[in-house]
Amino acid sequence: MITKRIIPCLDVKDARVVKGVNFAGLSDVSSPVELAKYYCENGADELVFYDITASSDGRKLFTDILKEVASTIFIPLTVGGGINTVEDFDRVLKSGADKVSVNSGAIRNPNLIYEAAKLYGNQCVVISADVKRVDGEFRVFAKGGREDTGIEAISWIKRCVDLGAGEVVLNSIDTDGVKGGFDLEMLEAVCNVVDVPVIASGGAGKIEDFVTLFKTLPKVDAGLAASIFHFGEVSITDLKNTLLKENIPVRI
Amino acid sequence: MIAIVDYGVGNLFSLKSSFAQVGADTIVTPDPDVIKKADKILLPGVGAFGDAAEKLKKTGLGDLIIEEAKKGKPLLGICLGMQLLFEKSYEYGEHEGLGLIKGEIKPIADVIPKDLKIPHIGWNALNFKGDASPIFKKINNGDFVYFVHSYYGANCEESVIATTEYGAELTAAVQNKNVFGCQFHPEKSGNVGLNILRGFCDLEVL
Repeated sequence: MITKRIIPCLDVKDARVVKGVNFAGLSDVSSPVELAKYYCENGADELVFYDITASSDGRKLFTDILKEVASTIFIPLTVGGGINTVEDFDRVLKSGADKVSVNSGAIRNPNLIYEAAKLYGNQCVVISADVKRVDGEFRVFAKGGREDTGIEAISWIKRCVDLGAGEVVLNSIDTDGVKGGFDLEMLEAVCNVVDVPVIASGGAGKIEDFVTLFKTLPKVDAGLAASIFHFGEVSITDLKNTLLKENIPVRI
Repeated sequence: MIAIVDYGVGNLFSLKSSFAQVGADTIVTPDPDVIKKADKILLPGVGAFGDAAEKLKKTGLGDLIIEEAKKGKPLLGICLGMQLLFEKSYEYGEHEGLGLIKGEIKPIADVIPKDLKIPHIGWNALNFKGDASPIFKKINNGDFVYFVHSYYGANCEESVIATTEYGAELTAAVQNKNVFGCQFHPEKSGNVGLNILRGFCDLEVL
C-alpha cells in the first residue's frame, strides 16, 4: 500500500539554509548538506529545496550546493525558486533534482508547464501555489505570497494539471505560520478537481494536525512543513509512529 | 566496472552518484567496446517506451545488450530500463522490447481501482516472491522503495521476484538468471535502495 509522505522544506539563500534550525548534534545547522543528511536519516520521505536568492551569483552557489546534496542523499529531491524557463529546469535537473516546482514562473507563462512536461515528463513538474481567501474566493498569490494576481486558485491549479503538472503543492497563506492545522477546506477544494498527488502545506503545528489531515482528506498524499521540523517541535520519527498507530500508512 | 548505458534518455546524475556511494566504479557510455569490456551493465530509462526502444534499436545497443546478457553478464534495468527488458509494451501502441524477460508492459489503469491515482508515485513495500533474489540479499521483505510509473510488467509470473500492492499486486522486480529489473528507483530509495545496488555489485558473471 502506498504510504503518505512527510516532506521537510528548506529555504536556501547563498548556499545556506535560512531561518536557522535547532538540532542538537549537527555541527553546522545552516549547511544544506548536513541538514539534508539529518532528515534523510530521520525518516523524511522527500526533501524540498527552495532557492530564495535573487542574484545570479546566489543561483550559481545554489546549483553547486544542490549537486553536493544530490550526491550525498538518495531520496527524491524537489527544487523550487527562480524557475522561469525550460533552461532553469535543465539546470536543476542536471544538478540532481528529481522534480522541479514552479510558482510565479508559471503565472507569468503557463506554457512553461506544458513545455517542461513534454521534455521531462509530467512526474517532473510540480505546480506550487500560494493561495489566500479574498472576497469569498480562493486567490493565487505570486512573488512568495506578496502579490494578489486576481486569478481564482482552484481553476488555476486544474489548468496547470491539464497543462502537464504531475503534482500539486498547495500552500495556504491563511493558515501558514498560524500552527492551527492545515487548511482542510482549501485542500478539499483542490482534491476535488485534480487526480494527481496533492501535497498539503501551511499550518501544521503539531503531530495531530497531520493525523487530522490524512484522516479527513484521504486523497491528500503528503504533508509538507518547515519550521516545526527545523526547530524540533515535531520529530518526523514521532510523527510517523503516531500516524502508524492511527492506521495511516507511512514508511518507517 | 559497471557500464551505465547512455542511449540519450534521462538524467544519470543520481544513478552515478548512488553507485559511487556504494563504492562501485561506473562509466556512463554509449560506446559498444566499453560496454563489452564492463563486467556489469546497467540499463536506465525514463520517458516513453516507444522512443527508448527505437533508440536502442537504431544505435545497435539493444542487440549488444542482448548478446552480453546471453554471455551471463549481470544486467540491471531500472524503471523504463526494466520495462525494456520485456518482450513488448502496449504504451501508446505496440512496441517490441529486448525480450530478455518473458512478459509484456501494460497500463496500471487496466488492473487498479478507478479511485487510485496514476502514476503510482511514492514509497511502497516490496513483497518478495519465493526465495530472496541475490540482489535482495542485503534488504528485508517488506522494505519500502520509491516508485514512479504508470505501466507495469504483466504475464511475467516466472520472473517476478517481488511485487508491491497498489489496489492490485503489481510487478516490482524481475529476474531471469543474470538479468534483473526493478520497476522502482533504487537510486532514490534511501539505504534500502543502496543495499539493492550493493547486491547487484556483488553479483558474479554466470
